[in-house]
Amino acid sequence: MLTTANGKIRLQTLMDEQDHVKKFSWKIGGEAGFGIKSAGMSFAKCCYRSGYHVFDNTEYPSLIRGGHNTYQVTVSSHPVHSVDEHIDILVALNKETVDKHQHEMTEGSAIIYDGDEFQPDVVFFRDKKITLLHVPFKKLSLEACGTEIMRNTVAMGATMALIKLPSSFMEDIMKEVFSHKPAVIESNIKAVRLGYSFIEEHYRDADTDFKVSLSVREKGHRMYVGGNEAQAIGAIAAGCNFYSGYPMTPSSSILHYMASKAVSEGIIFKHAEDEIAVLNMALGASLVGARAMVGTSGGGFSLMVETLGLAGITETPVVIVNCQRPGPATGMPTWTDQGDLRFILHAAQGEFPRIVMAPGDIEECFYLTVEAFNLADRYQMPVILLSDKTLGEGVGTVPIFDEKKVVIDRGAFIEDGKVPKDYKRYQVTENGVSPRTFPGMEGGIFCGNSDEHDEYGYSNEESLNRIDQVNKRARKLEYAAKFLESASVNLIGPEDADITLVCWGSPKGVIVDALDELPLRVRKRFRVLQIVVLWPFPSERVKSILEASKRVILIENNSEAQLAGLIRQMTGFDIREKILKYDGRSFFADEVAQKLIRLKCL
Amino acid sequence: MAMQFVKGPLDTNHNPTWCPGCGDFGIWMSLKNALLELKIPPHKVLIVYGIGCSGNMTNFVGTYGWHSLHGRSVPTAVGAKLANKDLTVIVVAGDGDGLGEGMGHFIHAVRGNADITYIMHDNKVYGLTVGQAAPTAIKGYKSKSTPEGIIEVNANAPSLAIAAGCTFVSKGFSGRVSHLQGLIKQAIQHRGFSLVDVYQPCVTFNKVNNFPFYNQRIYDLQQENHDTSNRLKAFEKALEWGDRIPTGIFYKDESRPPYEDHLPQEQGQPLVVRPMKKRSLSHLIEEFI
Repeated sequence: MLTTANGKIRLQTLMDEQDHVKKFSWKIGGEAGFGIKSAGMSFAKCCYRSGYHVFDNTEYPSLIRGGHNTYQVTVSSHPVHSVDEHIDILVALNKETVDKHQHEMTEGSAIIYDGDEFQPDVVFFRDKKITLLHVPFKKLSLEACGTEIMRNTVAMGATMALIKLPSSFMEDIMKEVFSHKPAVIESNIKAVRLGYSFIEEHYRDADTDFKVSLSVREKGHRMYVGGNEAQAIGAIAAGCNFYSGYPMTPSSSILHYMASKAVSEGIIFKHAEDEIAVLNMALGASLVGARAMVGTSGGGFSLMVETLGLAGITETPVVIVNCQRPGPATGMPTWTDQGDLRFILHAAQGEFPRIVMAPGDIEECFYLTVEAFNLADRYQMPVILLSDKTLGEGVGTVPIFDEKKVVIDRGAFIEDGKVPKDYKRYQVTENGVSPRTFPGMEGGIFCGNSDEHDEYGYSNEESLNRIDQVNKRARKLEYAAKFLESASVNLIGPEDADITLVCWGSPKGVIVDALDELPLRVRKRFRVLQIVVLWPFPSERVKSILEASKRVILIENNSEAQLAGLIRQMTGFDIREKILKYDGRSFFADEVAQKLIRLKCL
Repeated sequence: MAMQFVKGPLDTNHNPTWCPGCGDFGIWMSLKNALLELKIPPHKVLIVYGIGCSGNMTNFVGTYGWHSLHGRSVPTAVGAKLANKDLTVIVVAGDGDGLGEGMGHFIHAVRGNADITYIMHDNKVYGLTVGQAAPTAIKGYKSKSTPEGIIEVNANAPSLAIAAGCTFVSKGFSGRVSHLQGLIKQAIQHRGFSLVDVYQPCVTFNKVNNFPFYNQRIYDLQQENHDTSNRLKAFEKALEWGDRIPTGIFYKDESRPPYEDHLPQEQGQPLVVRPMKKRSLSHLIEEFI
């Protein structure tokens, strides 16, 4: 274990037994507008292409220019699902970056900065065994292109040299990034090379305590993708052909991706006037037979709530992504939180069935989105996917999405020309599902009605009809629950574990990473219960797992322990020990480990 | 014994529930007759209704129907039209619904010019909630929600539509069924967003703007050589209110293509008619390698 500059414990070791790099973190910081994110993603992609696993996180205020921005990449020789709390390389494009992040650094780490711009406290960092590497970003940028604009690119080159990855990886990225602007490719490559050779010429390993050095490995069957993009690709894979949206951080990259692929993939994409229109448009499209999806964050979802009920009573399939951020109201737009669970479960007046699922990592973002479309069609109800900023804007390496695993199931509908006489769209059936027709089909006429209705869809307020229709809709959820049961939870770790860690959504990745850091004999004492399907709640399954557990600890990114409340409501099981975080930041693996130490689990 | 009616081709098994003499009957008849005259098969028509007396028409017209939420009928219609451009998509909503909660959607749909027809019932009151002032109520109108008289000036759908770039703007009167029927026909035939705003007296709650009120005042713009291509003139006519109240087509612009024509992915078969096949992902994944 190592200690950071502010005395926190660092659980993992940097090197493995063979003295190869196991896991390290890199962070670039500067003012918004400095190209922080593009630099960060370029660096991550180089590491990915060099055969490493990565997970990224970006922190930024809700501003276009100015304000402190960072992009962190955690690089690992084994799968990783979260960023570390600690930094091994800090690229400081301004002094504020050093001031704000020096406490995250451990001994043996390094800061790359422009000594012509500011001078860090040399004695302080020498005492902490933190290496200071001056690289004249500004001067070299001027040399490369005549302006300061490529300071971030110079820093990229310097980083590559420092960790001994070939410069060519970064140069290739420059060619790809600027393929639409060939005129600047050459100067960007020059900036990379200037940064690279400056480190090579001015610093020798023996002079520093910094030890991270990477060798190029086999890339493996992986891709480097963000959670939001994974959901968008999942939607496209599932045949989604209608997407309406309204921008809202941190969900907007789903919208951007769908908009960019609309023409080539044959998707109607509509940037609507507000989120109320967004969901109503999607229902209109779904009504006539499209596979429709919308994406938003909590505020936008709030506006959709009445329409959610309309999807419920009209039994119209739709997939809704809520990429959570801290609320209430505008809250903290660019940060993370899991505060919407209870809201999502109960949103809209009246009682109607819905399915709520939460991916726990980027891979699940893809596969659960595909599944969401099938569930929505099969059970004719809204399906809500709950992710959050950590996952949605998080970018990482995952096994390449397998299109062979994609199945399109449109559920019960009647083919054109085969509509039976006296067709009833809302026919009362045993499992509650009644086959759909779509406008345009002869003989299939019905009314999709926000009023309570009879089997044809016409308004009806009779007592017996009401009971029949309420029960019919409710039966669909029972039917769905039976199907969903087997996939409703993930149980990771040994069955005879002493401690069961309970979670949903993005903390799953952090917990898996935290346990990965523990020695095997300690790790064996833990298992993780990730609830994937939050509604219909897998009560029996969760209850039996928890009752068979010796000790149960809940980990959630909110202040009210909303999942614990749900579990208690649905199973009677009261989880007493809780690890909660609600400062807008995701958990860190080391932090989870620390808390487990405090709870005397380690 | 209940009276036996002959069920017409666009009727359902439900009889209208409106008050005797309601202006909605005239719109109901005009709409059905327009569809019959245009020979559009009922299964090719989707009517999206708002919530209110007008929206209750959902139960009395035998086409595909969607009884939406209050104020939200227009975006639903836009979504449906974009997903299946072969459908004739019509919105039937009231002035409370369409210009209260639905005002924003109305203006934005006009901007987009998707090929839908919007039939708005203008009776200047919220009928179904027993008579509060609608956004169209004339300044000073007294109602349960405005006992001292409404302070706001009235919202005027045709003038708003013209300002926002609507490509077909008209006004009818439910007391002139054949004229209204003609307007609805032309509106459906128009490619782009068409507005048919209709004076539709609420015989129960609006004791001022009733049938005699309009019968004494309305005239037909098309009988007076109104130039429907002149937007400024149309705007002027849309604001005319007093001893003479214009009906007919205010403005028509056939040069602007509807929203769906701008989308390359809309060319060819309607979106929902194409077989839904699994898409290949390799070219998408390539960008993440």
